[in-house]
Amino acid sequence: MILASISHALEVNALLTAFGFVGLVMWLSAALSKYLTMGRVHGSAIAIMIGLGLAFWGGIVTGGKSGLSDIPMLSGIGLMGGGMLRDFAIVATAFEVDVEKAKRAGLIGALALVLGTILPFIAGALIAHAYGYVDAVSMTTIGAGAVTYIVGPVTGAAVGASSPVIALSIATGVLKAVLVMIGTPFVARMIGLNNPRSAMVFGGLMGTVSGVSAGLAATDRRLVPYGALTATFHTGFGCLVAPSILYLIVRMIVAS
Amino acid sequence: MTISGVALLAICTLLGAVLGDLLGLGLGVKANVGGVGLAMIFLIAGRTMLVRRGLLNEGVKLGVGFWGAMYIPIVVAMAANQNVVASVASGPMVVFAAAATVVICFAAVAVISRLSGRVETMDEIEAREGTLTPKVALQDGLGSVVR
Repeated sequence: MILASISHALEVNALLTAFGFVGLVMWLSAALSKYLTMGRVHGSAIAIMIGLGLAFWGGIVTGGKSGLSDIPMLSGIGLMGGGMLRDFAIVATAFEVDVEKAKRAGLIGALALVLGTILPFIAGALIAHAYGYVDAVSMTTIGAGAVTYIVGPVTGAAVGASSPVIALSIATGVLKAVLVMIGTPFVARMIGLNNPRSAMVFGGLMGTVSGVSAGLAATDRRLVPYGALTATFHTGFGCLVAPSILYLIVRMIVAS
Repeated sequence: MTISGVALLAICTLLGAVLGDLLGLGLGVKANVGGVGLAMIFLIAGRTMLVRRGLLNEGVKLGVGFWGAMYIPIVVAMAANQNVVASVASGPMVVFAAAATVVICFAAVAVISRLSGRVETMDEIEAREGTLTPKVALQDGLGSVVR
């Protein structure tokens, strides 16, 4: 009886259950990041990977198509991670952007930002094509995922991609961020990462604030603010051009 | 008021969504063309306007800031919603795409850094600033270069 009333309360308050559940996942990820990876891999990346893992588990258990939210008690995850709150929260991150600071990054920062969006997009879209995702919507979504794990799903939702393709774009973006976090200290010397300007170029090119800040922190703490300065614009810029100009270009190429 | 921040954010997001849909219609694409990116531009413009008029108070900051801080948890929830079972077969593609992207971007950093010529390294800057303002550099290495 106690169990029945607990599950009733959790189902009736589905969104609150989701907040609590995701909170636990975040807390666990922070602990894993700190003790298992010694802070090398950012907690947010671990949390998203756990999210994808749980979606896999939910899909196996229920046989449904909506991952964890097919479990009645966790249906609130669907609302919390749905399109409405997702766009709402992502737009909110732009509030931190300071136009005056942006000017400091200058032309070279802007160039890095543009290249950092286009190069991953092309690579991702071409590889998606090679793996049989030959339609413009899937190629664009996976290409956008290679930009960042936010640009991928935002673009996928905007152009109407299927859930498995959106999952692939998130996974690509998260893995990219993790590789940046781990790989940066090893290649830092080779790519000339020892001054503020190359750090700004690095931030614009690699994207994902979490990947850039963790990677730079492991290389040279003093470079973090410079990298974060340009990386902050990465997601916004990607959300602007991936579901518009880049999608239209892919559509044109694929159709002809 | 906190609600003014939340409302500002909501209005910007909705404006972006409407404009993105209209753009899609205009271009003959069944998609929301750049709506989130446009909404971000509206929000940045809104913030700049508030700062200029001295209206950016703590309440507004709190209303927007809370949702900005919730974005990673919301992305985690979003990831937990996807049909991952159907996409596992393409796992190798994910590894390949991510690795290729990182290698290409690392290479691009190297090329751009070289192209732009030799610049002062962080150590050199600190050494120079250290001689000019020894106290600041000693107190806080970060502060002395961010300034």
